[in-house]
Amino acid sequence: MRLLSRKATCNTHGQDSSYFLGWEEYEKNPYDEIKNPTGIIQMGLAENQLSFDLLESWLANNPDAAVFKKDGQSIFRELALFQDYHGLPAFKKALVDFMAEIRGNRVTFDQNKIVLTAGATSANETLMFCLAEPGEAFLLPTPYYPGFDRDLKWRTGVEIVPIQCASSNGFQITAPALEEAYLEAQRRNLRVKGVLVTNPSNPLGTTMSRSELNLLVNFITAKGIHLISDEIYSGTVFSSPGFISIMEVLKDRKCENTEVWKRVHIVYSLSKDLGLPGFRVGAIYSNDEMVVSAATKMSSFGLVSSQTQYLLSALLSDNKFTKNYISENQRRLKQRQKLLVKGLEKAGISCLKSNAGLFCWVNMKHLLRSNTFEAEMELWKKIVYDVNLNISPGSSCHCTEPGWFRVCFANMSEETLKLAMDRLKSFVDSISKTTSHQMVKNSRKKYLTKWVFRLSFHDRGPKER
Amino acid sequence: MLSYKASSDSHGQDSSYFLGWQEYEKNPYHQLHNPNGIIQMGLAENQLSLDLLESWLENNPDSVGFKRNGESVFRELALFQDYHGLPAFKNALAEYMAEIRRNKVKFDPNKLVLTAGSTSANETLMFCLAERGDAFLLPTPYYPGFDRDLKWRTEVEIVPIHCSSSNGFRITIPALEKAYQKAIELDLKVKGILIVNPSNPLGTSMTRYELNLLISFAMAKRVHIVSDEIFSGTVFDCPHFISLAEALMDRQLENTDMWSRIHIVYSLSKDLGLPGFRVGMIYSNNETVVSAATKMSSFGLVSSQTQYLLSNMLSDKKFTGKYLKENQKRLKKRKQMLVSGLHNAGIRCLKSNAGLFCWVDMRHLLSTQTFESEKELWKKILGEVGLNISPGSSCHCSEPGWFRICFANMSEETLGVAMERIKDFAESVTSNRNRNISTYHQMICDKRLLFNKWVFKLSTNDSESDR
Repeated sequence: MRLLSRKATCNTHGQDSSYFLGWEEYEKNPYDEIKNPTGIIQMGLAENQLSFDLLESWLANNPDAAVFKKDGQSIFRELALFQDYHGLPAFKKALVDFMAEIRGNRVTFDQNKIVLTAGATSANETLMFCLAEPGEAFLLPTPYYPGFDRDLKWRTGVEIVPIQCASSNGFQITAPALEEAYLEAQRRNLRVKGVLVTNPSNPLGTTMSRSELNLLVNFITAKGIHLISDEIYSGTVFSSPGFISIMEVLKDRKCENTEVWKRVHIVYSLSKDLGLPGFRVGAIYSNDEMVVSAATKMSSFGLVSSQTQYLLSALLSDNKFTKNYISENQRRLKQRQKLLVKGLEKAGISCLKSNAGLFCWVNMKHLLRSNTFEAEMELWKKIVYDVNLNISPGSSCHCTEPGWFRVCFANMSEETLKLAMDRLKSFVDSISKTTSHQMVKNSRKKYLTKWVFRLSFHDRGPKER
Repeated sequence: MLSYKASSDSHGQDSSYFLGWQEYEKNPYHQLHNPNGIIQMGLAENQLSLDLLESWLENNPDSVGFKRNGESVFRELALFQDYHGLPAFKNALAEYMAEIRRNKVKFDPNKLVLTAGSTSANETLMFCLAERGDAFLLPTPYYPGFDRDLKWRTEVEIVPIHCSSSNGFRITIPALEKAYQKAIELDLKVKGILIVNPSNPLGTSMTRYELNLLISFAMAKRVHIVSDEIFSGTVFDCPHFISLAEALMDRQLENTDMWSRIHIVYSLSKDLGLPGFRVGMIYSNNETVVSAATKMSSFGLVSSQTQYLLSNMLSDKKFTGKYLKENQKRLKKRKQMLVSGLHNAGIRCLKSNAGLFCWVDMRHLLSTQTFESEKELWKKILGEVGLNISPGSSCHCSEPGWFRICFANMSEETLGVAMERIKDFAESVTSNRNRNISTYHQMICDKRLLFNKWVFKLSTNDSESDR
């Protein structure tokens, strides 16, 4: 008899993928300006470290929130005992107002339709449990966040069928791609329950256009299925076009209180724009009462600490603070993204034009030995082990075209980013030299020379290692 | 359109356990604002020692101010989402758990997985150990929440091990065997046994004999044992608490197969009284379980803000030693108050040495020894007496008439009020019964009188009017 469950012993948690392996390599040899200047620079972690000072200064000016006090009175008891899965009302109110603010108040949210969860990881899994049975499927546009293979599929038994997007149109979703994905699901005998999109996109860093969103609404209406819009990066939109939430599109199409309105669900979290992944604050927003009811009960398995709910309810209720934070944070993200884009340009590398997120979607096709995923893996390993940069290969994001990489820019200091850009430039220069050197030799000698050159290359200064 | 899980009632939350809670929410007792309201005695919370925690907080402001030795650690904590957990916290937690067990067992922080409460821990263990078509055996009566926590999303089944009042609801070999057979009949594969020790709702800690029985059974059947020791810090009387781990060590079973089939669940919600902070954990000697559970904990991590606060608190050994003793002292006193209050009302309870509640015998107040009668009594106590207590049927007890009554989630005064109400109620039931009995006897006498009169009438041809 099987001692443990299949879930415990298989690898459907997807954590053997390169996305996580690169992370592990970084852990073994992490860059530190002073202690380990030749270590691996982490560029595979989509964290926002740019605006902590704003949060810390708010904390310094508002000490009560962290010490369980309200208007000078201790509310420790109340919070210690508060485990109501309906969530702290003041926090839910502040959260929905914050979400509306991010959307320029073009849409508002009802605090009774929001369910708090321990991070978006929990929110997404919970929605799968609510909307699909084991063996049913959700369609996801590629490339997508590698964590979804674990979050959406592992314990739920739900399948993911990709909606293949291509660089030819900036990886935007098209009607044919949607139809093809739907057919593919049918071929695999999978009942499609919905579409899940991340908007703004991870790993693309782009916001969905109105026409894409309309396309999606048409599609789910026609097929009678759900749409989950993971808007975790909505607060990180730093340039035009601005962010258009799916709720806004539905409102513009006068879909409130229609069938389709009840089939659209939003996921949010404070891990990206506020930079607080450690606090585990996520949310599901749904117009379907039954989903809200079931998800609320399921949130028992991942409630947000009342200590944290209280702190953040005070922070997010401070409208002066949130207004300033949102705009200043976006300004800093924009500046930092420019730095990365310019640095890549100098190295002869282009990226997808982006207006959001904490990363760029970088085109390294021209650096591939061949237009294959094997070559992409080779390049990735070189970049991790030789250039000492942990970036995420497109294949780990299920991209259909080899050569794309996600490179993060908001989880390190400006100096570290500049260093990373220098390393990359040197690496690209060395490859070019190799390439031009090869072109003057015949093919057999070409390989020998490359090998000899690599040996001598490795003997060069410490910067390249 | 929605999943079966979302649209059915397999979450089990339509049970009376939760319904009573809802009634309380509509009409909650308050000493001043609503003195006739319902007193909540169905919530196993520990409100007796929060002052000790508050005073520790006052003396240690750095731990809530995101500071360590005066330096800010806010950034570090804000970014810390490693599912391996904050090392300092796991170390402190492992030591605290050992302290609760009088250091008879030691815990290795590397075998500890942090989860958002024991609700999350128990579900995660089910996901790791079993799947659809499998079952876990649970001794009755058991915590109503298990029907949701263990079964709902995991699709694992629960098969009860029926325990009875005849031996204080202790687990027996025949009961274990019967449950195992029942599972086979239902075409279910038994993957393990889950116990809560100290027990909810019984309030008793397992004897060494019981634990050995379980271990032998689990060895023979090659199944797991999950020991939810969430109430381990609430043992206030002898016998001392014996952890499943201790029982195995005493039998020299480390480094056997069985050692890697026991898993302990714990949480800070009961002894520390911090259910709002969502701090639970799984402890397992099985590497694969620790590894899988660690990854699964992504779905319910503990807030780093909370991990930091508690790592400081639990590392303060002076504090934890004092806290455990004082908390247990207060629990014992409060339990005694409940027990004597019930005694005054002519109501007995199971002799208990732990927990935040008593297992109360109200069989004599039932009109018939049925669950319908128990439901009636429960409704009366909720609606007329104004006390929310948990009926045994919601805990899957096989005998009607038992109720779980909590004592640590209210002030002493409120408990006093509750005891008065119950005394009045018990007296009224008894006097009604006496009245009913005397009415019944009267009726019998009347009937006899009527008959005699009729006979007499027949014999005398009189037409007197009857009573």
